[in-house]
Amino acid sequence: MEILGLLTDGVLVSLMPINILLIVIGVTLGLFIGAMPGLGSVNGVAILLPITFLVPPGSAIIFLAAIYYGAMYGGAISSITLGIPGASTAVATTFDGRPLAMKGRASLALVTAALASFIGGTVSNVLFTIFAPMLAKVALAFGPPEIFALMLLAFATFVGLGGDDIPKTILSICLGLVFAAVGFDEISGAPRLVFFDIPGFLHGINFLVLAIGVYGIGEMIWTIESTRGEITTTEAKMSVKGIVNDSKEGMKRGWKGTAIGSFLGFFVGILPAAGATPGSLMSYGVAKMVARKPGEFGKGHPGGVAAPEAANNSASTGAMLPMLTLGIPGSPTTAILLGGMVIWGLTPGPRLFIEQPDFVWGLIGSFYVSNFFAVLVNLAFIPLFIWMLRMPFTVLAPLIFVLSVVGGYAATQDMHDVWLMLAFGFGAFFLRKLDYPLAPAVLAIVLGPIAEPTLRQSLLLSSGDATIFFTRPIAGPITIIAIILILLPLLKFIRDKFSGKTKREV
Amino acid sequence: MKITKRLFVKLAGATALAGALAGPAAAWEPTKPVDFVIMAGAGGGADQIARFLQSVAEKKDLMNRPLVPNNKGGGSGAEALIALNTSRDPDHTILVTLNSFFTTPLRQENLGIDVMTFSPVAMMGVDPFILWVHKDSGITTFEEWLEEVKKGGYVMGGTGKGQEDSLVITYLEQAFDLDIKYIPYKGGGDVAKDLAGKQVMATVNNPSETKGFYANGDVVPLLSFSDERMEAFPDVPTLKEKGADFSYYNQRAVVGAPGQSDEAAAYYQDLFETIYETEEWQNYMDTESISPLWLSPEEQKDYWATQVERHKELLAAMGE
Repeated sequence: MEILGLLTDGVLVSLMPINILLIVIGVTLGLFIGAMPGLGSVNGVAILLPITFLVPPGSAIIFLAAIYYGAMYGGAISSITLGIPGASTAVATTFDGRPLAMKGRASLALVTAALASFIGGTVSNVLFTIFAPMLAKVALAFGPPEIFALMLLAFATFVGLGGDDIPKTILSICLGLVFAAVGFDEISGAPRLVFFDIPGFLHGINFLVLAIGVYGIGEMIWTIESTRGEITTTEAKMSVKGIVNDSKEGMKRGWKGTAIGSFLGFFVGILPAAGATPGSLMSYGVAKMVARKPGEFGKGHPGGVAAPEAANNSASTGAMLPMLTLGIPGSPTTAILLGGMVIWGLTPGPRLFIEQPDFVWGLIGSFYVSNFFAVLVNLAFIPLFIWMLRMPFTVLAPLIFVLSVVGGYAATQDMHDVWLMLAFGFGAFFLRKLDYPLAPAVLAIVLGPIAEPTLRQSLLLSSGDATIFFTRPIAGPITIIAIILILLPLLKFIRDKFSGKTKREV
Repeated sequence: MKITKRLFVKLAGATALAGALAGPAAAWEPTKPVDFVIMAGAGGGADQIARFLQSVAEKKDLMNRPLVPNNKGGGSGAEALIALNTSRDPDHTILVTLNSFFTTPLRQENLGIDVMTFSPVAMMGVDPFILWVHKDSGITTFEEWLEEVKKGGYVMGGTGKGQEDSLVITYLEQAFDLDIKYIPYKGGGDVAKDLAGKQVMATVNNPSETKGFYANGDVVPLLSFSDERMEAFPDVPTLKEKGADFSYYNQRAVVGAPGQSDEAAAYYQDLFETIYETEEWQNYMDTESISPLWLSPEEQKDYWATQVERHKELLAAMGE
């Protein structure tokens, strides 16, 4: 009950007029930072961290929490309206958000994203409040074999889905894994796959470069090709009644995705190796898997927007857990916040909850309040984003191009990555013509850098014995579920063959 | 204006003291944001120090242009060293280093990096190493630990082969005839976490990266690799007390890109001296158990030369 008291204090502090002002400013700033491709909560928090030295630590935390939350909401906006992932955490939101916008249902997608984000954020705040000290132990129990098993499960959710062509999905995953391997090998420290000795490959391929290439540039070329230069505008209408109706529809069709994202996102978020991006991708995969008609995913299903958006907000609170309790950041943003805490004179780690409870619960309290204001600010700005969509494509296309280039450059500040992004854009266009799914490649480049070192660490631990993934109490069940999911389509295929069916139900 | 003036006066004083470049020329100042390259990924020990330094500069308003932290942790810092070596604007590029500043160019000669061409800025302190075990192992002394390791199958975690902690572990293996399985991790924070989670049996880690778990009683320090017993750990013996003439520290230093002008170097030297003297940095060294080791630019170069030689030997012993 002591926790509740502290939490109430935290919420009340956040509700002081000056802090409310900071929250509204922070959320709005965060929303636009998040919406800018290439800029995400990491950049927002990093840029604005020094400003927080001007205000008392209490208000500083509240301000940063507001930016953090605002950016998590904002990432969805450009994913949906322009098809360019606004932030790394919103890549999965493009999968269904963009098709919805193309169908003239942008407001449905935006409203669903906002509501799912709100629910995801709230669920994870509640989970954090109740279970935080307990979950710190769970995070510690996840060693390399457990993390690898989890990554395997994430891949399995993408392979094991009906609907997509399995060999093409696997090829797409392999392509992503190869890109993920470029740069320095973490285990041996040696450079790998540095093509033509171009120094730009040394820092590896940032997955935002691939994601923006595929979804920004690739999508733009696709649209140009399919419209043959005809001037088209997307039908996008906007009214208060529309928002209410969209909320109803979004929640009706997206509740499952929201629920999956809220819980899975939180859980993946608390693992120090993972963070919000893998969390949102996995939630998308699982939401698609459990959907009654998985074939609708990727073509504009509100559930495909709700799952990753609920997950990335949920994971952003989840990622606070290892940062606060173990001193290990679960995401790049929390790494910056960790630096901030050290500067404020706080020591993150197992003692923080005992020694600085008012700070911890003040922070969580400000999350509750920030989350609430973020959804209000976000909903208020939706008409503006919709209006953007009504621009003719001849105006929109150059805008997408410029934002893609800026986003590709911002990630690493290297022109090399801009050229690479353009190359990926053209590559993606041709692969799409040949019906290759590209989401698995994006998933692979996110998860590859987590999966590879943990695989090798595990095998080092076991002296090369792969049974380590089956014999450990947590890793074992996860690995087995992953393998079943991978084999499922194969079994289906064999069964269909024997029963004489030539075509599977999708 | 007041700040620039104060800086100018300080700078003039510093240059006069150094006995170099005493002249009427206006002091050099950055004309654009300074690329503050960090030789490690976000969140690790080196990164935290870099961001702390940046925040002090920001808080005290010491610069007319900001330091912009830029994490380049790839390839044990090779990425960062290449970035500095090929920097087109060496006057606006500085680097926060650790010992991979010495080891990486030695291990990867094909990178063509000679650290002696870099410009010395400031030695902010050295970070000692400690041997840690989990409290559940029941081990409380170095002797008990040796006994346990000799039973075989012992697993330790660290930040990678050829990295600071692996050099220490290799030394232990050779001096005490041990056989340890070494699991490489991305950074010191991950290593500390996996010791607390009992994924590995022991680590050699900086106190700053393990202190949260130490304060909570999860991990036990057995031995320090410092020259003398550390203030924060008065009961932990040093390896020297155990009869081996070996100590090892991680340098926490700032260097300038090769080709940096003397004026710019003097500016950064003065800037980091000011930061070094702030109460904030002094407190930080205290809480993070970093040992002070202030060196003049000339002494820094001498220090580099001895460290390069020493790491050549350590790496050779490792078979690299």
